[in-house]
This record gives sequence, structure tokens and C-alpha cells, in this order.
Amino acid sequence: MTATRTGAGPTLRAWLLDPAPASRRQARLGGWFRAWLAFQRNTLGMVGLAIVVLLVVIAAGAPLIADPSTALTQVLEDRLQPSSWAHPFGTDELGRDIMARMAFGARITLTIVLLVSLIVVPIGLAIGLPAGYFGGWIDAVLMRLTDIFLAFPRLILALAFAAALGPGIENAVIAIALTAWPPYARLARAETMTRRRSEFIQAAELQGASHLRIIATQIVPLCLPSVIIRLTLDMAGIILTAAGLGFLGLGAQPPSPEWGAMVSTGRAVLLDQWWVATLPGIAIFITSLGFNLLGDGLRDAASGRG
Amino acid sequence: MSIDLHQVTVTYGKGAKRFDAARNVSLSVGAGEAFGLVGESGSGKSTVLRAVAGLIAHAEGRVMLAGAEMGRKRTTAQRKMVQMVFQDPYGSLHPNQTVDQTLSMPIAIHKLGDADRRVSAALEEVGMGPTHRFRYPHQLSGGQRQRIAIARALILEPRILLLDEPTSALDVSVQAEILNLLSRLRRDLGLTLLMVSHDLAVIAHLCDRIAVMNRGEIVETTTADALAAGDVQNPYTQQLLRSNKGFDPSGGDLDLLDAVPIRG
Repeated sequence: MTATRTGAGPTLRAWLLDPAPASRRQARLGGWFRAWLAFQRNTLGMVGLAIVVLLVVIAAGAPLIADPSTALTQVLEDRLQPSSWAHPFGTDELGRDIMARMAFGARITLTIVLLVSLIVVPIGLAIGLPAGYFGGWIDAVLMRLTDIFLAFPRLILALAFAAALGPGIENAVIAIALTAWPPYARLARAETMTRRRSEFIQAAELQGASHLRIIATQIVPLCLPSVIIRLTLDMAGIILTAAGLGFLGLGAQPPSPEWGAMVSTGRAVLLDQWWVATLPGIAIFITSLGFNLLGDGLRDAASGRG
Repeated sequence: MSIDLHQVTVTYGKGAKRFDAARNVSLSVGAGEAFGLVGESGSGKSTVLRAVAGLIAHAEGRVMLAGAEMGRKRTTAQRKMVQMVFQDPYGSLHPNQTVDQTLSMPIAIHKLGDADRRVSAALEEVGMGPTHRFRYPHQLSGGQRQRIAIARALILEPRILLLDEPTSALDVSVQAEILNLLSRLRRDLGLTLLMVSHDLAVIAHLCDRIAVMNRGEIVETTTADALAAGDVQNPYTQQLLRSNKGFDPSGGDLDLLDAVPIRG
């Protein structure tokens, strides 16, 4: 007897775990639920997920946490104040509330992470999938192109791009994305090559499926999990590169509350007013750690599923 | 629909590295006939099957299906006539797709329409019910997976079904089920079968005429009855018969079951 979806608690669980699903939707939701159950067993992965969710909540609810104006308005008589009820995280060298700036800075960090992902994954797949699928000269050309980009040191190329295109978040994103895609292309190529000779691909060919259809419906679903895991593990590096560019003045520009730029301005007063540089630094550290733990958890869940 | 191969040669590599996986293979299978190719691993039998399927291009010779010569690239209509069941039911189904998705794709490719009815009809045809329709391959047994692979091949209503050792990855009891299913489908749908196996018993169960391959060449073409009677000319075929000890459709070897004491 199939339980209906309206059933609460154990009934919904039974519906999701039903070994004989009655619809496409039930099968798909059941698959996700099983993946969630596998992931849930990983404590550190759950900690990472909690950190990332917290970051998203802070970014979304930033105006509720702090008055947007306090993040940007300079109050020079309140400069470099230590922690107090009015300013729990203190104030910076221009009298701006650090907690407000960190909350709004979460938005910038998430925007960078999201934009880089949206650029890097499609480029990586667009280069790696045809290379692995067709092989031959297509593979050779695409992979040499990838090798060229891999040969550039990441931060240096990002610096050069930021310097050439002018400082700013958009250019930082482009600079990071241009240096971050090659590993994804190689990953997608390797994943494609291991599946290329599979019998289910041959069966699809035999059915008359076009190359595009085989890549999109048969290969991409198998590549995506490892790409997403890799992306999550790379997030820390992306956040650090963005913060590094901000620190060097080539990323987000003042008065934008980007964490790296905040660390950079706090550097001058590090010994006497430690919180100005340290608190955004801790935010960078915790966020990077969260993404790393989440990525590790996802990887364990994916490999454990067999 | 008939299959005719004339002097088909399939090669890999070029120059000094050239390797003929199949050499000057000629055979003719009439419409509705079941034809078997036997040989040990590397004898080229699967290569011939893949050349018929159009999965690998043949270097020389002619592949004719229903009297029409097949070019290097098959058209969608030509694809629809020939379908194949693969050896390993664990590798021939996409691991992340439900039975429903696997069976719906060929319908979408050929724009046949009426996907829902076709999928449930195909499942019924291979003895599976609606309870299996939305399962993933890992939720099915090997025999069930092979039934799904057969349903996928048949959903396009092909005239020729190619079988690449369809039972070798299965338990003996399940092997019989799949073989019986295949012979019923052949009878009901009037399919032409071309089957590859190293197992003479399996081939003889399904096929009327049998070609024996060795090192890429057909060494002898015979019938299932002649093979069962041991009435073969070629020394390689005789050797193959001996190595397939236990192959005896008359059931003589079954006496062994009584002779071996069963330990509790």
C-alpha cells in the first residue's frame, strides 16, 4: 500500500523510501531523500552545511541584523570603538559598525562564490565533455588550451586581469573564473572518458541518439556530482582569492564592506584595535572551513552510496 | 528481415599495428531465423555483432540488412530496425536513470509518441509490472535488469535483435528464464536473432544454425542438431565441443547429479 504524501513523519518517510515508487516524482524525491540520509550520517559534513546555511541566512537577513546605513555611514567620533551594546563587534577606523559590515559583506562573498560557480562550471563542462567524448584532435586542441590556462599561477593571473580590467568585484569574479575553470575541464574529461565506452552509451548510440543528447542526458548527470563536490571544495580557495584581491585593493573597492578589504584596512591598527582586522578574518576562515567540510561530506556521501 | 555479410573485415590500428579483429566474414541469416556465433574470447564474434549493429565501422566488405547495404553512418530509420541486448546488465543500464527514463528515451528519439502506453506495454512484454517502472537499476536483480535491457531493445519494434552473450552474467536459473523469454519473443514478434556466446548449450537452446569463429574467421557453419550429435568437421570445432564438456542437450550429464553425494 503506497502512503500518500500528506501523511506526516514516518508515513512520508515510507513514501520516500518505497522500493517500488509509483511515479517519476516519487522516484526522484526518494533518490534525493536517500542521498540526504547518507549525507546526514556525516557529522562534520552537517557542521559544514550548517555554516553555509548560516552564511546564506545572514546574507539574506542582513538588513534585519543591522541598519544598512551603519555599514557605510562614517561616524568619526565613534572610530575604533571596542565591543559594546551599540556595536557588538566594535567599529572600524571610520566609525562604521563592524557587525553590520560583516553581515553585508556576507552578501558580497556569496555573490562572488555564486558568479564564479555560474561561470566556471559551464566553461569546464563545455571544454571537458567534448574533449572526453570525441577524443582525437578535438581532445588535443581543447586540452592544450586547458594546459595553457593551467600553466598560469592563479593569483598572479587574477592580479594581472584585475590590473588590466580595473579593480572591482565584477573584474575580480572574471579574473577568478578565468583561472579556476581548467581543473573542471580536466575532471569533466576524465569522467566522460571513463563512461564513454559504457554499454549504456552504446545502447543510446544504437537507439539513434545524437551526440548532444548522449552528452546531455547520459554523461552530464554522471559528471555533475563530482563537479559539484569539487566546486564546494574549491569554494574556500575562491573565497580566499577574492579576499586576497580585496586585501590588495584589486577586488571590491571602498566603501564596499568586502571581508578581504576590511582585513586590509584593519591591518594598520592590528596591535591596538585587533578586532577591526581579526573579526572579518575569522568570518573568512569559518566560511572557508564550512565549504570545505560540506564538500568533504558530499564526497563521502557520494562515494559511500556505491 | 535478413542479415547478409559479404567478406566483412574489421580492423583496428594502421600499418604495422594493424590488427584484424574479424577477417572476411560472410554469413547469411534469413528473416525470422535465429543464428548463433560461437567462439572463445577474442575470436571476433562480438566484433562481427557490433559491425552488424553499426557500432563499429567495417573496413572492407558489405553489411546488408534486408537487402540494403549499410553505409558508414546509419540513418535514424536504419537504427530502429536493429537493436541489441548487451552482455552485462549491470553496465548496460544508466545507473542514475529509472526504468521509466531508460525506456522513454528511445521513444523520444524516434518521436513515436504515446510514451506512457508504450513503456507499460514493453514492461509487460518482458514479464515486469508497473511496480518496477520507477525503480533505479540498483533496485533490480541481474535478471530483472536484463529484462529491462530487452524491453529497451524491443520498444523500438526492431526487426533484428542482436544478442551479445545475454545470459553469461546471470545465474544459471535466471539464464533459463531469459532464454525462454527470448525464444518466446522471437516467436511472437517474428524477430531475426543473431546471438553471440561462448556457451554452446545457450546457443543451441535458441539458435538453429551456428557459425564457429576462431581468430577472426568463421571456421565452420553448422546446425544446432549437428553440434549436439558431435557431427562436426573442423578440428577447432571438435576441440571447442570437448572444452564445452557438459554440453549435452540429451541430458546424459545430468546423471552426475546423482553420482555426486550431497553434503549436508
